[in-house]
Amino acid sequence: MEYSKIRGADIVIKSLIAENAKYIFGYPGGAIMPVYDALYDYVDQIKHILTRHEQGAIHAAQGYARVSGKVGVCIATSGPGATNLITGLADAMIDSTPLVCITGQVPSHLLGTDAFQETDVVGISMPATKWNIQVQKVEDIAPAIARGFQIARSGRPGPVLIDITKNAQVSEGEFNYVPCLNIRSYKPYPKLDDKAIQAAAAIINKAERPYVLYGQGVVLGKAEKELNAFLEKSGIPAACTLLGTGAISESHPNYVGKLGMHGNYAPNMLTNKCDVLIAIGMRFDDRVTGDLSRYAKQAKVVHLELDPAEIDKNVKCDVPILGDCKESLEKLTKAVDKKTYTSWLEKFRELEAEEKRVVVGNDLLPTKEGLTMGEVIRHINEFKAEDAILVTDVGQHQMVAWRYFQYNQSRTQVTSGGLGTMGFALPAALGAQLHDFNRQVICVVGDGGIQMTIQELGTIMQTKAPVKVVLLNNNFLGMVRQWQQLFFDKRYSFTELENPDFLKIAEAYRIKAQKVEKRDGLREAVAEMFIHDGPYFLEVAVEKEDNVFPMIASGTSVEDIRLS
Amino acid sequence: MKRYTISVFTENFIGILSRITVIFTRRGINIDGFTASESREEGIYRITIEVTTSEEQIIQLSKQIDKIIDVIKAFYYTDEQMVFQEIALYKIPIENLDPGLERVIRQHNARIISAEKDFVVIELTGHKEDTQDLLEVLKGFGVLEFVRSGRVAVAKPMETIDKYL
Repeated sequence: MEYSKIRGADIVIKSLIAENAKYIFGYPGGAIMPVYDALYDYVDQIKHILTRHEQGAIHAAQGYARVSGKVGVCIATSGPGATNLITGLADAMIDSTPLVCITGQVPSHLLGTDAFQETDVVGISMPATKWNIQVQKVEDIAPAIARGFQIARSGRPGPVLIDITKNAQVSEGEFNYVPCLNIRSYKPYPKLDDKAIQAAAAIINKAERPYVLYGQGVVLGKAEKELNAFLEKSGIPAACTLLGTGAISESHPNYVGKLGMHGNYAPNMLTNKCDVLIAIGMRFDDRVTGDLSRYAKQAKVVHLELDPAEIDKNVKCDVPILGDCKESLEKLTKAVDKKTYTSWLEKFRELEAEEKRVVVGNDLLPTKEGLTMGEVIRHINEFKAEDAILVTDVGQHQMVAWRYFQYNQSRTQVTSGGLGTMGFALPAALGAQLHDFNRQVICVVGDGGIQMTIQELGTIMQTKAPVKVVLLNNNFLGMVRQWQQLFFDKRYSFTELENPDFLKIAEAYRIKAQKVEKRDGLREAVAEMFIHDGPYFLEVAVEKEDNVFPMIASGTSVEDIRLS
Repeated sequence: MKRYTISVFTENFIGILSRITVIFTRRGINIDGFTASESREEGIYRITIEVTTSEEQIIQLSKQIDKIIDVIKAFYYTDEQMVFQEIALYKIPIENLDPGLERVIRQHNARIISAEKDFVVIELTGHKEDTQDLLEVLKGFGVLEFVRSGRVAVAKPMETIDKYL
């Protein structure tokens, strides 16, 4: 069959359309101009979102990917355009977010000559991508994109970068898109071993105090229903990691809270009291485990995991169950006995009550004059929709919002987990909102982080994405300040910020804005934010030197968790 | 700490070497030896990497390498599980040549592979200890240049790459 010849740039766009990409987040420049020129002809088939910085583009693509479950697509030019993607690539890599990023590159004959805006982006992005490639010939473009999509979304997802030289974009070739289904050297789904299921079930059925820890793997593996079914039958208490949040509803009777440095008291404390630990789609990050030498040493560990490299990486397990957790959970559910663990669950509830008494009460219903971050989240809960999406940045507000926001369903939590990228929230919220304009997207952000990508208010303005931005302003880089207070003798070295008038900035971007400084009016302001049709910017001046508790100090054990 | 050899079978893909070495640099592990060649299968490359590390690390390293998209399979072995060789070349000046050189060459099972106007090139294949011993002896004759390859190795376990293709 003969195909008419089209430009490489058109092949790029037609390939993205063939992969059902709905949005491209990007920023034009010299080496990618042919692709932008081609894009002009396809605006009815694929939407391009012009961010104000390439970092904004990639974080927006991440936000979109995280809520939609689809591959986020991002385009940038060579040199600085490409290097500005690196933070987002590293973030997507560590948080397993599927992305395909396309960068323009100088023409082949100039490669290696330090040409204008030339940078070795394939070299630079190598450790921050699941796979990357440079394409120098027009006929290699479509196969590279097909392979890129397959790699990005399959197995443990991750970011892919495809660098296309300008000559490949402008030369002509045939377009015949063949999706990539099989890569000889890449086996994304290990075959489940039934013996492992039986071995795990034997341990679980004998357990007296079994305990489930679930992470984002459940969300990525679309195994939320299977996890619910497993918990219902097995009766085992379950706690989530930061990125696993929302995989089951927080009103589930087995749900006992959140793990990690600023998670809940009971789930951390009782990690060292369980007799069988069942980790599902989580990787025992150091923010979850604290000191590994004093982490769940008494327990037998069962690890359900897709990525073989995660097995025994941090915590040695007794029974690894390699495979897609959707399948392994289904089989494990069949193999375990129906049980309840009333007194064991009661232990969690006791410690939960302790945390409520010492921490939660003061956070949510403070009696002091200054506003707490917690009470702002309490009001958000009061007015938010059931399926609202919360996007957070990094720092104190992230941990407080995570602790108190009511998550009812999967993919409602978007945050930078592994990399801890300040500046993530605003563009990620934009991307999340673009997935569905009818869903509420709330972007909770601090005064430090928002200023790292504040230019994306421009993209929110231009797209009219109705993001509700809630700025929790304490005029400090709060989390660093908290550490300085607790571990560096209150030497507040370069953490206090002199901030601009954020309202004027928001208003300059023609976004409706309001500032609240007192408890009187906070509730009304939050209500007004949700009622407003369109983007909204709510700044809340919160107590300057509040701390986030509970806390497991860096390098200590989960049972050293402190409430104050 | 122990000496291990990682045997990696890969597709012929630009950048694969960087992707592999970056795994070592990230963990601050030094590569003691490195060779690459085509394997028995056309188009599949075999990379042999020698490292000194702990068993725990070597397991993680091979899993990380295995995870690279274009890596077909990575195996790791102890020295006992491998048959391996290294080749060394010694460039010796022949001005004022000591007649004892012949005996040294015979004793070490080495050979002269090239004789030029000013020097000879001696070759020895063997384990590192063998080529190192010869180097020490040849130092007495004056060594102009010395070079040793990374190891080439085949595994004793009967598992082959076919199963992963």
